[in-house]
Amino acid sequence: MSAPTAPAASAPPAIITEALHKRFGDLVAVDSLTLTIPKGEIFGLLGANGSGKTTTIRMLTGLMPPTSGSATVAGVDVVHDPESVRHRLGYMSQRYGLYDDLTAEENLRFYAGLYGLVGREGKARVEEQIAALDFTARRRQLAGTLSGGWKQRLSLACATSHRPDVLFLDEPTAGVDPAARRHFWEMIRELAHGGTTILVTTHYMDEAERCDRLAILWRGRLEAVGRPHEITAQLGAPTLEDAFIALQLRDQAAA
Amino acid sequence: MNDRIARWPFWAMLRKEFIQMRRDRLTLGMMIGIPAIQLALFGFAIRTEVRHLPTLVLDEARTRESRELVASLVNSSYFDVVGEVRGRAEIETRIGRGDAAAAVVIPHDFTRDLKRGRGAEAQVIVDAADPLSSQSALQGASLAGLNYRPTTRARQALELRVRPWYNPMLDSSTYIVPGIIGVLLSMTMIIINAMSVVRERERGTLEQLIVTPVDRTSLMLGKIVPFLLVGYVQVSVILLLGRLLFHVPIRGSIPLLFLMAFPFVVASLGIGLFFSTLVRTQAQAMQAGFMFIMPNILLSGFMFPRAAMPEPAQWIGLALPLTYFLTVLRGILLKGVGFEALWPEFLAMWGFAILIVTLSVRRFHKTLE
Repeated sequence: MSAPTAPAASAPPAIITEALHKRFGDLVAVDSLTLTIPKGEIFGLLGANGSGKTTTIRMLTGLMPPTSGSATVAGVDVVHDPESVRHRLGYMSQRYGLYDDLTAEENLRFYAGLYGLVGREGKARVEEQIAALDFTARRRQLAGTLSGGWKQRLSLACATSHRPDVLFLDEPTAGVDPAARRHFWEMIRELAHGGTTILVTTHYMDEAERCDRLAILWRGRLEAVGRPHEITAQLGAPTLEDAFIALQLRDQAAA
Repeated sequence: MNDRIARWPFWAMLRKEFIQMRRDRLTLGMMIGIPAIQLALFGFAIRTEVRHLPTLVLDEARTRESRELVASLVNSSYFDVVGEVRGRAEIETRIGRGDAAAAVVIPHDFTRDLKRGRGAEAQVIVDAADPLSSQSALQGASLAGLNYRPTTRARQALELRVRPWYNPMLDSSTYIVPGIIGVLLSMTMIIINAMSVVRERERGTLEQLIVTPVDRTSLMLGKIVPFLLVGYVQVSVILLLGRLLFHVPIRGSIPLLFLMAFPFVVASLGIGLFFSTLVRTQAQAMQAGFMFIMPNILLSGFMFPRAAMPEPAQWIGLALPLTYFLTVLRGILLKGVGFEALWPEFLAMWGFAILIVTLSVRRFHKTLE
């Protein structure tokens, strides 16, 4: 694993949340979440299903307004002005957001077009992505007929055609084979080296280990935050998985 | 600069919609298949004029004149003689059994009265349990009465001439087929468009679109413009089939019809967009579409004349764009009237289109809630 990228002291944090809160009726999905994520970091949100990971990402991408609290992404207040930050953030949802009835190339062109990459510039960008992703042989294949790993790769490309400053990945590797997952993480690492800040949710422990820093969400609350080894130390567990299970047991004991 | 940025997502949307449309068999089917099926269904099966009523004859006069009257009724094509009877009681039983739907009774003194010029009387008895058939029978009887010219010279007491304009054959397909263009157009436009937005929601691509810089207007226009084309293909298909299969007249200007169809198609697409902001699944979108179409079919004047409706029903009709478009269709196709007669409808449809599209764009928030 490469060393965590040290944030430049001068650069402002890429993501700041303060007491971010989301309630659906009686259910508190996210409970006063306060986080600061420096530029260029791969930050993992770890948690079980229903722990508030997706809701957090949706609030940070402007898909959902929070009940209260504030959030700043790339220096823009996403709660009050989500439109101004759209050019600077990329988002890959659990469902990939691909058009099954469009070819790989058409999907890329469409998303590039939405970000204003058109004409010669757009074409060049699409060609660049097709080459970088090894999509040449599959460029005319309908996205719906691609295998999970290729879909995931294409989805990442669509989310990054405009070279966003901040990239949100919501369980990007669910249902993908280990080789494709490894390749995917190499691409993520490369993007982070280029200065992209990445917030990724996962419930795979091996993926969590690859993050620079982690936050463990439990029923919408932030339980622990830090580098993977700091978290295991904090919770007195030999591995992340043990730490995760320890949390679950503690929660059940309290209930 | 801002304008330029705002315009690009629209072109990307447009391009994408066209590619998807080309690959989507359902849309293509809706464009051509559904019009063909519906046209055949409505045009051939739905007849409001009833011809060839099985008819009994009770001819008490038994003269040449009375036989000529029967022949004249048969010639009107409204009546088919299925039997001669000897008495009124037999008429009652056979109509009651359903063997016959009408009976002609020519009394003994028919020919005598005719010759004296006193205004001879014959009777047509009709099974009026079905008002549509009975009306046809009445109509047929009066037409036959008018055309009845006995060879014997006779002076008629009263002469009444009915002149059916625009549709001299009183053929209901002439009336129904132009209406089908309107009904089918609004049905497919509403459903196709609502489903297309809801499908994006279901498949998760809408979520992806929301995080991009695409603005609501580009998104909505991207969903309207490609389907305008579908609408025009549909109008052309139905017109062509209506002409070939039903010999529907085209007396007015086709370019005018296409011009007038524009606000109607936009209004229908707007309703589809509006529904897409109310429903969650494609099945719900389909249901909402049909629920909207029902009152349209009943209240717009497609099947039943609006003049016959109670006032509240007429007011509801005025709130439906189809009501105006039907006036336009029948006006152009059957009467050959021009824009000078139809501009109020044109304006009404535009008003509705602008209202509903604005409302949908406002309702469509770029969030998932």
